Amino acid sequence: MIVYGVALLSVCLILGMIVGDTLGVLLGVEANVGGVGIAMLLLVLASNSDRFKSLTHDAAGSGIHFWSAMYIPIVVAMAARQNVAAAVDGGMLALLAGVAAVAVSFALVPVLSKMGKAPAAKGEEA
Amino acid sequence: MEIIESVFVRNNLIVAFAAVGMVMWISYFLADRLTNGRIHGSAIAIALGLLAAYFGGVATGGNTGVADVALLGGIGLMGGGMMRDFAIVATAFGVHLSELKKAGMAGVISIFAGVIVSFVVGAAIAVMFGYTDAAEITTIGAGAVTYIVGPVTGEAIGASNEVITLSVAAGLVKSILVMIGTPLVAKLIGLDNPQSAMVFGGLMGTTSGVAAGLAATDPKLVPYGAMTATFYTGVGCLLGPSILFFIVSAMF
Repeated sequence: MIVYGVALLSVCLILGMIVGDTLGVLLGVEANVGGVGIAMLLLVLASNSDRFKSLTHDAAGSGIHFWSAMYIPIVVAMAARQNVAAAVDGGMLALLAGVAAVAVSFALVPVLSKMGKAPAAKGEEA
Repeated sequence: MEIIESVFVRNNLIVAFAAVGMVMWISYFLADRLTNGRIHGSAIAIALGLLAAYFGGVATGGNTGVADVALLGGIGLMGGGMMRDFAIVATAFGVHLSELKKAGMAGVISIFAGVIVSFVVGAAIAVMFGYTDAAEITTIGAGAVTYIVGPVTGEAIGASNEVITLSVAAGLVKSILVMIGTPLVAKLIGLDNPQSAMVFGGLMGTTSGVAAGLAATDPKLVPYGAMTATFYTGVGCLLGPSILFFIVSAMF
């Protein structure tokens, strides 16, 4: 049943959000801490485990695949509902702060990626 | 005309599916014919979405882009946080745990590095523009982290409304730039494997920016980048009004 996969996906998201909100309260911040990331981990664990086979294989799996494939259209809708006008109105300070933050972060991607690879490579040799 | 309007408004989510579907079709058509596939169809679709959001915002004066246009209200639901998160989680289906473990440590470091670097850059620019108040500098720095961290930090440390608005604008610029810029710089920064995608997600942090930027680069990388990015705002909200504010206070 397709809905089994959709239900599994929903349960993962809800559990992740509850954990993320709880983490936020425990840390004293007004935000969900990693709820989506935790939900993704739960789904990865479920899809790699035999116990949940009936919820992730065959028709049930296509229920999850559907939402995964809807991701790009949803992102396009998300882009269309951004407050672009406010970003444009923010003036030079907002523009510069945003652009500079992105430029520096882009530049750091190769630096940190290499750092991640070095210990992994050593592990493979050993 | 009234009948059409009423049908559109009553079925707004369905209208959104149809509208987005048409935009996707046009975008992939343009990507194929005009750029010979060099620019990803989804990149064009996202750019068209942002453009529509700009005109929607200017025309209605609202703050949710094209979703403030009554006939396209369903875009607000389709592109809202609930559906976005649901679809992002779905992309994790089929991901192998081993890929995640490989970049685990670098991913965690990238989240903290990303928050701190963006904050420092934003705060430095606030100082360049003549801000001397610690709360104001911190809030603008936090806005460069994400447009959620900015107001959360600003409200916690008592910054003025204008500064908070400015911090949201800085965060929006960042998010939009990541959406548009990622496919352009992907090759240059080696963004072509799960590990660098996790580092990328941690460094950029804006969930919307990372989600759209990776979708326009290579949809296979989405789950890895999204996984780390979703921790970023939480870490930012944690560090902004506390450690980062204390450090700025000590300096100004």
